[in-house]
Amino acid sequence: MAEKTEIDDVSGTQTTGHEWDGVKELDTPLPRWWLYIFYASILAAIVYWVLMPAWPLVNGYTKGVLGWSDRANVASDLSALRSARAADFARLERASYAEIAADADLREFARAAGESVFGDYCRTCHGAGGAGAPGYPVLADDVWIWGGTLADIERTIAYGIRSGHPSAHLSQMPAFGRDALLAPQQIGDVTEYVISISAARTRLAPNMGAARRGATTYQEQCALCHGPTGAGDRAQGAPSLDDDLWLYGGSRAEIRRQIELGRGGVMPAWESRFDPATRRALAVYVYEMGGGEPDPPPAPAEAPAATPMAAPQ
Amino acid sequence: MADIQVRQSAGLDVAGVGAILALGVVLAIFGAAWAVDAPFQTQMYTLLAACTLGLGGLVLVCADDPACFSRGRYEDGVVKAGVIAAMFWGVAGLLVGVIIAAQLSFPNIFYFPDLGWTNFGRLRPLHTSAVIFAFGGNVLIATSFYVVQRTCRARLAGGAWPWFVFWGYQLFILLAGTGYLMGITEGREYAEPPWYADLWLTLVWVVYLLVFLATLWKRKEPHIYVANWFYLAFIVTIAMLHIVNNLAVPASFTGSQSYSLFAGVQDALTQWWYGHNAVGFFLTAGFLAIMYYFIPKQAERPVYSYRLSIIHFWALIFLYIWAGPHHLHYTALPQWAQTLGMTFSIMLWMPSWGGMINGLMTLSGAWDKLRTDPVLRMLVVSVAFYGMSTFEGPVMSIRAVNSLSHYTDWTIGHVHSGALGWVGYVSFGALYCLTPWLWKRERLYSNALVEWHFWISTIGIVLYITSMWVAGIMQGLMWRAYNELGFLEYSFVETVEAMHPYYIIRALGGGLYLLGALLMVYNLWRTARGDAPAKERAADIPAAAQSAATLAAE
Repeated sequence: MAEKTEIDDVSGTQTTGHEWDGVKELDTPLPRWWLYIFYASILAAIVYWVLMPAWPLVNGYTKGVLGWSDRANVASDLSALRSARAADFARLERASYAEIAADADLREFARAAGESVFGDYCRTCHGAGGAGAPGYPVLADDVWIWGGTLADIERTIAYGIRSGHPSAHLSQMPAFGRDALLAPQQIGDVTEYVISISAARTRLAPNMGAARRGATTYQEQCALCHGPTGAGDRAQGAPSLDDDLWLYGGSRAEIRRQIELGRGGVMPAWESRFDPATRRALAVYVYEMGGGEPDPPPAPAEAPAATPMAAPQ
Repeated sequence: MADIQVRQSAGLDVAGVGAILALGVVLAIFGAAWAVDAPFQTQMYTLLAACTLGLGGLVLVCADDPACFSRGRYEDGVVKAGVIAAMFWGVAGLLVGVIIAAQLSFPNIFYFPDLGWTNFGRLRPLHTSAVIFAFGGNVLIATSFYVVQRTCRARLAGGAWPWFVFWGYQLFILLAGTGYLMGITEGREYAEPPWYADLWLTLVWVVYLLVFLATLWKRKEPHIYVANWFYLAFIVTIAMLHIVNNLAVPASFTGSQSYSLFAGVQDALTQWWYGHNAVGFFLTAGFLAIMYYFIPKQAERPVYSYRLSIIHFWALIFLYIWAGPHHLHYTALPQWAQTLGMTFSIMLWMPSWGGMINGLMTLSGAWDKLRTDPVLRMLVVSVAFYGMSTFEGPVMSIRAVNSLSHYTDWTIGHVHSGALGWVGYVSFGALYCLTPWLWKRERLYSNALVEWHFWISTIGIVLYITSMWVAGIMQGLMWRAYNELGFLEYSFVETVEAMHPYYIIRALGGGLYLLGALLMVYNLWRTARGDAPAKERAADIPAAAQSAATLAAE
């Protein structure tokens, strides 16, 4: 192609004389505003290099005249945060349950600390505000499997349930269906009986004939842990059956399924993860979700809770 | 004389491609026989099938005429194939994107524990690879092969080799995509394909580079057009990035697992040096090349400023390569490296805008065409989105801003304003231009459908990026909120719950964008099928006639 420059009619600018497949180029100078902003951005970069850590050297790097260091800043922020909370955490760790109950400021601090930890570590299973989920107990009501005093809750948090920790709560419901301990017919009957002694009887209308047959099986197989009337037994971690709250769902099919499978979940032991003051804050937060039970004032009441539970196996 | 040269070299290209395919067959058989994991065996069967089909196809096509890949003024067949592949992968990639957006919006509904391959973790790289590498890559290969021939007035070099590049690239996509679904990944964002797919791509890419260079070499124009600088920068740099970031030691030569050659923060920095330059050289340089050819063609105006194109090209090339560390602010990466990543990103602002200015100002004297030509409007809006996201990028690279934006959906919004607005629109514009040219139609089947495509997908983009801005900034503010006692105000789950409505809006936006792309595919299919009047591209006729005259004179 001939290198023939021409003047573009629209812009009055000269072309470069190049042409490719009909495409030509104008020889417009660089827009001034563009060039000056480009220079300014280079200048800004140079200023930043002078102020902040910027260029690598053989040993180390240019530190910058401000002496700024992210690592130092993070370390000082963290230690400031720790020392700001230290007094309250120390108070919380030392306080007795009665003192916590009497100290509104301390409870507020514990609630705030507990809520923050709960949100990141507990909420995934136990739900927002302790609302629970199938297989994960509701924490916001007053029904407790392993006890609802502050001491009980703190203990459960520390050691967990079936967590493998030596002091963990242990209980094991047999899988009556899967392990063929009961015939399907018997499981059906027990299901009707369990419905008939629970507050779900108005909702689910049990087959009373089947329930009568199931009563015998219940007394033989279930009453030892769940109690003759279905009141449950916290010492063994056996949930109450006389209410209408169900860990694995309250439909007829779900109740039957739990008898067949005897499921039991695992709660981690948080002892090694959180310090005692954090665990106590968490316990206060859970306690105050709505269903906390008063701690009995005399010391002996705490003693049985501290002994490891025997699992009915 | 030219014809004699064609005959002399005839068959060498075919023999070379055939040898590679035959080697592929042998390696695939050994790989499948000694596979240490089942997914690898499936991949080897895929390779075996592909190489066998390739060999069969080669024999069928070339049995009578070994020089069949070297006849004619331009090699347009491979460009047509690229256009078709781009449409296919574009729709597939956008569809997977809509599916994973729905999974994020309604994780309970779109979760199938029995079908592991539908898991978000497997579909997400399928989406990103399909839209970036499968759709974007095919658009780049097709347009580069078209543009380099027209602006050099030379047929693509290499005979059968451009076809090897095309089909080899599709095989890479197939291996990568089916691998993700089976759970094979290197776990490096945008570089997930396993080591053997990486090796295959390296081979394909080097051939691509050689084809491109050889075509430039035999050009009949005195100068190299700016679009070709950008294509060349894209091809060369992607080769370098791909090789370095994928340096790895396979756990077994007959297995899918491998270990990166780098460790710890060096590995992270290598990955983001690659990751950011994949944006810079794949999604920016390559698509700027498209802009530099298709906007002046469609507007029928000269490029605004030759000087600006030189300065912003070299500034872009030099500065982009430093910007990667801004992906690792406030991490274990030394602060001085973060500083360099941030400051080079800021300096990159004007070089990026140089491309935008050159694209937009090329319209001067032709602004009225925006009213009547929806294809040109799409191309111009793409440049506007390019300008917007290349301003947003440097802003987000500033450490103080990044401390809010990093890890949030703001980043997702930023990426998609570039991907949907810039890369998507400039690609659609190029496809709308190319289809009538390649299939020799006077015009598109329907301009009204392009209007619908434009407006539906524009609403989709606006929904997508605004919802992600709001969601991302909200998310960042919630993460950093402390109460007066020094505890975090919100748990992570609460921030996820707060995102729910925005995720739904995002999925809706993505759905609209997909709908627009489907309209385009329908329109282009009708155009190619012959529902628009036939007409040879005007620019091809004088060029061909002139070429004939030149040959006669020789």
